[in-house]
Amino acid sequence: MKRLSRFRRHKAAAPLLLIFALIGIGGTFSVASATTANETTAVERSTLIEEGRQIFLKGCSSCHGLNAEGVSIAPSLIGVGAASVDFQVGTGRMPMADMSTQAIRKAPVYTEEEVAALAAYVASLAPGPEIPGMEALNFERDGSTAEGGELFRNNCAMCHNFAGQGGALTQGKYAPTVMGVLPKHIYEAMITGPQAMPVFNDKTITPEEKLSIIKWIKSAEAEPNLGGASLGRVGPVTEGLLAWTLGLGLLIGVAVWLATKAK
Amino acid sequence: MSNQLEPIKDPGLPAHVHRKTDTDPKAADRAERQVAAMFGISALGTVLLVVSYVFIPDDIFVFIPVMGNQNAHQLGLGMGMAISLFFIGLGAIHWAKTLMPDHEVVMQRHEFRSAEEDRKDFVATVKEGAANSGLGRRSLIKRSLGAALGLSALSPVLLLRDLGPLPGPEQKMTNWKSGTYLVTDPGDRRIKASDLEVGSVAQVMPEFANPKDRHLDDIAKDALLLIRLRPSEFNLDPDRLAMTHEGIIAFSKICSHMGCAVALYEQTTKHLLCPCHQSTFDVTRAAKVIFGPAARPLPQLDITVDGEGYLIARKPFSEPVGPSFWGREK
Amino acid sequence: MTVEAKLGQVANYVDERTGAAAFLKKSLKKVFPDHWSFLLGEVALYSFVILLLSGTFLTFWFDPSMREVVYEGSYQPLEGVKMSAAYASALHISFEVRGGLLMRQIHHWAALIFMAAIVAHLLRVFFTGAFRKPREGNWIIGIGLLTLGIVEGFLGYSLPDDLLSGTGIRIAEAIIQAFPVVGSYLSYFAFGGVFPGEVFIPRIYIVHVLLLPGAFLALITVHLMLVWYQKHTQYPGPGRTEKNVVGYPLMPMYMAKAGGFFFIVFGVTAFLGAVASINPIWLYGPYTPGQISAGSQPDWYMGWLDGLVRMAPPIETYFFGYTISWNILIPGLIIPGILFTGMALYPFIESWITGDKREHHLLDRPRNAPNRTALGAMSLTFMLVTLINGGNDLIATHFDLSINQIMWGTRIGVLVLPPLAFIITKRLCLSLQRADRELVLHGRETGRLLRMPSGEFVEVHEPISPEKAYILTSHEQLPALDLPAVDARGVKRAGALKNKLRSRLSKANAESVPKVSADDLKQIENH
Repeated sequence: MKRLSRFRRHKAAAPLLLIFALIGIGGTFSVASATTANETTAVERSTLIEEGRQIFLKGCSSCHGLNAEGVSIAPSLIGVGAASVDFQVGTGRMPMADMSTQAIRKAPVYTEEEVAALAAYVASLAPGPEIPGMEALNFERDGSTAEGGELFRNNCAMCHNFAGQGGALTQGKYAPTVMGVLPKHIYEAMITGPQAMPVFNDKTITPEEKLSIIKWIKSAEAEPNLGGASLGRVGPVTEGLLAWTLGLGLLIGVAVWLATKAK
Repeated sequence: MSNQLEPIKDPGLPAHVHRKTDTDPKAADRAERQVAAMFGISALGTVLLVVSYVFIPDDIFVFIPVMGNQNAHQLGLGMGMAISLFFIGLGAIHWAKTLMPDHEVVMQRHEFRSAEEDRKDFVATVKEGAANSGLGRRSLIKRSLGAALGLSALSPVLLLRDLGPLPGPEQKMTNWKSGTYLVTDPGDRRIKASDLEVGSVAQVMPEFANPKDRHLDDIAKDALLLIRLRPSEFNLDPDRLAMTHEGIIAFSKICSHMGCAVALYEQTTKHLLCPCHQSTFDVTRAAKVIFGPAARPLPQLDITVDGEGYLIARKPFSEPVGPSFWGREK
Repeated sequence: MTVEAKLGQVANYVDERTGAAAFLKKSLKKVFPDHWSFLLGEVALYSFVILLLSGTFLTFWFDPSMREVVYEGSYQPLEGVKMSAAYASALHISFEVRGGLLMRQIHHWAALIFMAAIVAHLLRVFFTGAFRKPREGNWIIGIGLLTLGIVEGFLGYSLPDDLLSGTGIRIAEAIIQAFPVVGSYLSYFAFGGVFPGEVFIPRIYIVHVLLLPGAFLALITVHLMLVWYQKHTQYPGPGRTEKNVVGYPLMPMYMAKAGGFFFIVFGVTAFLGAVASINPIWLYGPYTPGQISAGSQPDWYMGWLDGLVRMAPPIETYFFGYTISWNILIPGLIIPGILFTGMALYPFIESWITGDKREHHLLDRPRNAPNRTALGAMSLTFMLVTLINGGNDLIATHFDLSINQIMWGTRIGVLVLPPLAFIITKRLCLSLQRADRELVLHGRETGRLLRMPSGEFVEVHEPISPEKAYILTSHEQLPALDLPAVDARGVKRAGALKNKLRSRLSKANAESVPKVSADDLKQIENH
């Protein structure tokens, strides 16, 4: 566990800084000068934050307030952390298309760079969960599928269904499918608890366990249909529907043919 | 009514219409070939089944439109079997329809009741038999026989007694005792109150000296859900509030309706939903039922922390967890 | 030697040893009417045979034990997971036994089709009035088979001990516990102590593979023998009467068709087993009471029950420290009990209302029995509404609704829609009767317009065939029972209230559009 959190502090930061640097200097030049990234961080960071603030003022402040303090229709973003922004904006949930019950996943409005800038800005307001680095997300190496399955069934399946297909919540809300979601975003959802979802922090589900969950989800996603068409992996309802329509339907079709006289 | 009026006459069975195969030998031969072809396809199906069984390994996948990636072994076996069976049936029916005589036959029915005389005799015999047995007259025999038969039915019931023990106090008890540590499930790690942030949940079990000793019987009663809210968000009686710890509240995860695991916690509304029958519980009001068929709130566990800040149960559950039963409150 | 000669020898051989020639000869010539709807029961029968065959295959590897094992099979995502031996062996059948998954899927699809065919067959028998004298007993056996089928299916899908089916057992246990007074005792006996214990799967296994299939075999045998002995009913038509059966002889036509149809049913079931995944237990994971999946539903034939339980009001009563869970008892035991008892007794109820104690072998066209048809539509609506609520979570996510809306919709719907269905269906039946009457009186509308010399346009009507006219008018229209409250001597009859109810029901039942008689047609001709 300690080993991993160390990763998060050091190695995980490297690719992120690289991105920051890329945006900050904005050109091929930055790649060459990346060796000095550590020294320029503070400067780059403040430009990035400023950039993020500009995007925020244009795109987000009308709901979340000029200083992200939140107003009646949208929550405060102070302390939600970069991970939250990366998840909400990176999966296209924010900005919301309309003020319906729930923000839906859609094509992101902002580019990766813009998301990073926004995240940096929100993170600068108050400390919060950070975006996990690539190194920290090596679920193939650090996760266990079987353990992840158990964790998933214990912590996730009640809302997201046994195969991660999503399910209904109260009053029209729903838990979305976790299929086709980037590992980074799955991780961020667990540590930030977006919308109706609760937070699964690193003490009750350790980072390794989170990676196991991701590994299981990815394995379920890649799992071919072992027994034939999957019927949506939602359980007996679609099976019953198919038994009546295709099954009994075909048989009645043959029965009608059987009982008509030949010409 | 119209029944007294003369009904429209029955024109009788329509004349038999000959099939093409009845009149045209060529058509009959064609039908024969069709039937044979169907049986032939069936044989091919069996070949497909054998080939799939012997030669297709079970880790090869083929892409089929609509259905997605399919296991070739399973698909080959199944389709082979389906074809071999289906076409035997198709051939047989086609054979029957086109080549077997299709003259409709009329068979007469007879009313089921026998001739009046026979029936009277029969009824009389039954009555006489009953009278001769004296069942009606000798009421002592009748009653004692009835009692004996009724009592004899008790024996299988009695013999089934050892199917299980009689309900005992364990029915109402869980492994939550005073001072039991709350541990994560899975993982069996103790939890510090400070480990939980606002808005987070944890699936929890009571600590076992050896987690291997925890069986399904235990989980069925012990499963616990831990939720942390802002203390200001609670709307609880003082005694219920005292059972929480700095905004951390613990409920039995076993639904008070039919025992499913209630764990769909919505952070925004602070509602808990049971996915089986959609009973909805309000966490801020001690899991009061606000929707669905459950009639009772989820039992709340009284929790506190030990000297090091680890969460422990202060007291066992004050009521049985899980679905209702007759003597639940006794 | 020709085939005919060989078979002749066989027949000879059989008779010399049994003396059954007279009976068998009659049997081989037995006539069966041909109609697609008569094959629904056959689908159920053949599915049962498929279930026996595929089920036997599964027993060779299935280990009905709740012993805890650690999975070491080839399905990697469950490697090292603790589970019951039952679940592990079901995974073994799915992944290591070649054709095992196919057989599991065939078995499960056959079970779903078995139940669907039973229900479809029941609807056919009900709506055509085939349950009337002398077939009341066979109707009751059929209801028994349906009930057994629901239980057998539930036990069957519970055996693999996966997360979904374990949840089902948990709910069943809650229903058992809800029995007043004896609930806890029954539950302790069934589970050998507290839930889930270690004995339940082995126990339901033997019930699933021996006790209930035995009961099925016995009931199905009697069911078929009665069909055989009482001869099949037939639809009304020219040449068909209460006194005859028109159709094809058993040998060879019916044998070939019925035999062929067995293979068709098996083929279609195998096809479904090949192309469509059913009960993917490896995705559900092993059962543990602390876990659950969103959208936990039973198989379709239990869906209505689940839907009823979901919509039940949250009522429990407590007195002297005892608890009665009405929220479980009403939807889980009382309503199903009323429904199934009512269904079983319906033939007797109907004959009490109509006062008709005669034998019936000609089927009714549903429109000619408006009350019965409306009652059927009402029950069906009830079932559909509850079934929809059984899948409300999936409907909510797929059609952008909320479970709360659907729940309230069905809570109200289950009370309002069935009576509405009754009224609409009855009106519809009477309208169809009226249409029949028009058709017989004035013929078919051809759509051709004719201009009269006066300039008026009229549509040409074509008279219908005598066969058609006969079909549309051959049914009986029974008058309502005449049950005066006082007898001939002016004395009030005993059971006045019962009589009043009976005569009112009878009156409602007799409501109809008078059918066309030959006299009516003559009158028209004379015009």
